[in-house]
Amino acid sequence: MNFKIAAVALAAAFTVSAQAQTEIQWWHSMTAVNGEWVNDLAKEFNASQKEYKVIPTYKGSYAESMTAAVAAFRAGNAPNILQVFEVGTATMMASKGAIVPVGQVMKDAGYKFDPTVYVSAVAGYYTAPNGQMLSFPFNSSTTIFYFNKDAFKAAGIDTNKPPTTWPEVALAAAKLKASGHKCPLTIAWQSWTQLESFSAWHNVEFASKSNGLGGMDARLKVDSPLHVRHIENLANMAKQGLFIYKGRENVPEATFISGECAMITTSAGFYGNVAKNAKFNYALATLPYYPDVPGAPQNTVIGGASLWVMAGKKPVEYKGVADFFNFISRPEVQSASHKRTGYLPITTAAYQLTEKSGFYKEKPGTDIAVQQMIRKVTDKSRGIRLGNYVQIRQIEDEELEQVWSGKKSAKEALQAIVKRGNEQLERFEKANK
Amino acid sequence: MEKRVQFRAPLLPWLLIAPQVLVISVFFFWPAAQALLQSFQIEDAFGISTQWVGMENFNRLWNDASYLTSFKTTAIFSLLVAVLGIGLSLMLAIFADRVIKGAMFYKTMLIVPYAVAPAVAGVLWIFMFSPSLGVVSYGLGKLGIDWNHLLNGSHAMTLIVMAAVWKQISYNFLFFLAGLQSIPKSLIEAAAIDGAKAWRRFWTIQFPLLSPTTFFLLVINMIYAFFDTFAIVDATTHGGPGQATSILVYKVYYDGFKAMDLGGSAAQSVVLMTIVIALTVVQFQFIEKKVNY
Repeated sequence: MNFKIAAVALAAAFTVSAQAQTEIQWWHSMTAVNGEWVNDLAKEFNASQKEYKVIPTYKGSYAESMTAAVAAFRAGNAPNILQVFEVGTATMMASKGAIVPVGQVMKDAGYKFDPTVYVSAVAGYYTAPNGQMLSFPFNSSTTIFYFNKDAFKAAGIDTNKPPTTWPEVALAAAKLKASGHKCPLTIAWQSWTQLESFSAWHNVEFASKSNGLGGMDARLKVDSPLHVRHIENLANMAKQGLFIYKGRENVPEATFISGECAMITTSAGFYGNVAKNAKFNYALATLPYYPDVPGAPQNTVIGGASLWVMAGKKPVEYKGVADFFNFISRPEVQSASHKRTGYLPITTAAYQLTEKSGFYKEKPGTDIAVQQMIRKVTDKSRGIRLGNYVQIRQIEDEELEQVWSGKKSAKEALQAIVKRGNEQLERFEKANK
Repeated sequence: MEKRVQFRAPLLPWLLIAPQVLVISVFFFWPAAQALLQSFQIEDAFGISTQWVGMENFNRLWNDASYLTSFKTTAIFSLLVAVLGIGLSLMLAIFADRVIKGAMFYKTMLIVPYAVAPAVAGVLWIFMFSPSLGVVSYGLGKLGIDWNHLLNGSHAMTLIVMAAVWKQISYNFLFFLAGLQSIPKSLIEAAAIDGAKAWRRFWTIQFPLLSPTTFFLLVINMIYAFFDTFAIVDATTHGGPGQATSILVYKVYYDGFKAMDLGGSAAQSVVLMTIVIALTVVQFQFIEKKVNY
């Protein structure tokens, strides 16, 4: 502590400048390797100029930092920049008085802000129906497929031809089981990977109104025949011990790292963890699909978070925020971030720069997520943005668990998701008129 | 004969309870009033637009089948936690009271869980019972029990009851131990001389004399189970599988703090508050009559 105070005093003594620095508060939810990344971005920006000082603060999980910001906003001391996960995007968009559109912030500061430099699935997601980009894309991820090469070899499966379709996954799972593997397949973020990304990947609607991007009156459509077919398939695999349910959110990831489960569908952001901790040979692959569905595979949906500029601050602070965004928008910075974190390169320029550097050849599989995302998106695959999404995800978890335990049929559960989810959507629409 | 102290200055008693009233007002009456107010509103997350919706938040709850099942889940959970928590700690207190050698050590060990935060308690239990990884679930597997609280609702309920009881045992234990030690030894010795065996001494002397403590703990444990257990659920089951462990207070916490639906959450907390007040009144009306002070 004393050392800290001394360091601050020393720093203050050296930076006796004519005008005081304007502080920019930035609340985020990045931990470990990614937390260091956020701090480094701020440090680099602070060193590059003298007028502003970006102060990143870790405020807990995504949900926690959002709750903290809501409380702070109500008390009149919100941060300048807030990192919000994709699930909270609709809530932020609907809160007109609480945020300033990022396009506006950049324009006011005299910067040219061109949303078309972003990968279209990324830009589309953070753009309001009127075409205005509301938040600054920051760490975007998507869903991919990982498998344990050693386990595949032991089961006599060709590791050079990973399963790309669901029938092939089922076949591989059966072989793994026959070879004595206790957990052939598990699924993390079940609602994100098996319903949301699944829908976009097969170019079917998850919800009406372009999955909610087109307006707040969107309603869920996950009880379609294709959805029922897929969840039924997974339920059958669960019954035969081919798919083992290991919990909600990213909890199942640990079972892949430990080698217990041989295949997993989860976030591309899981790569860093696998690369660091897996004691076996592994490979990354695209999300499985059904080959008989026309238009599949399309693209997978975006996850991760973006940066929101909060309302009610001094004009000079907005100028600082714009400078900072401009600083971290440079392709070199974004490409470095992509390589460092495993999150997507959010601009096409950053992707090309990374490709040119030979990174994808050096670390095979790291471009899988990019390949799944850099495609021309359709209205059904641009992304999923719904109100009260936190509750809807919870409902999806609850109902899918009923399927895996055999208490409900796939159809019953999906219909329940639609019914209960739509109640949430109606309520959100009402609260944000 | 009633013993009553009369204050001469009429203002003095008010002055004396003022600090307590102040604390209760700030930490109970004010938030409770605010919850009541919010339960009639629908608000967006940032509180920019607020609408008065009358009883809509409540009507929505009555029409939600999953909310109604949550009552049953909560009743089962609270009853198990209160009964098991009180029963086990009474047993432990009796043993600790008899122990002569190393009594301090046992007592200290029994009090330790109270210092553990609920969320940490939840995580500890999840480690032990994690399917395929946990020590206990591995042992159960050897015994032929396929433990899986991720998909088996009864297993999940057992898990949160164990964690909640474990957390509360220390508190109950302290009160019981103090209660036992305040029973005059002469009474027990007299009974022993009259030929009463340990079991009989317990039922006819110790247990009746402990009844004020037991009653107090019953009220406290019910309140604990109803209000204080959301962190355990949040750290272990998240209310799942399905909604098998979604107790009322967890839904209040989840809807309010994670989903930021303040109106809905406030309505639920008003319902919960009403239940607990009603339960406490019932306990004081009926059960207290059986208590010997």
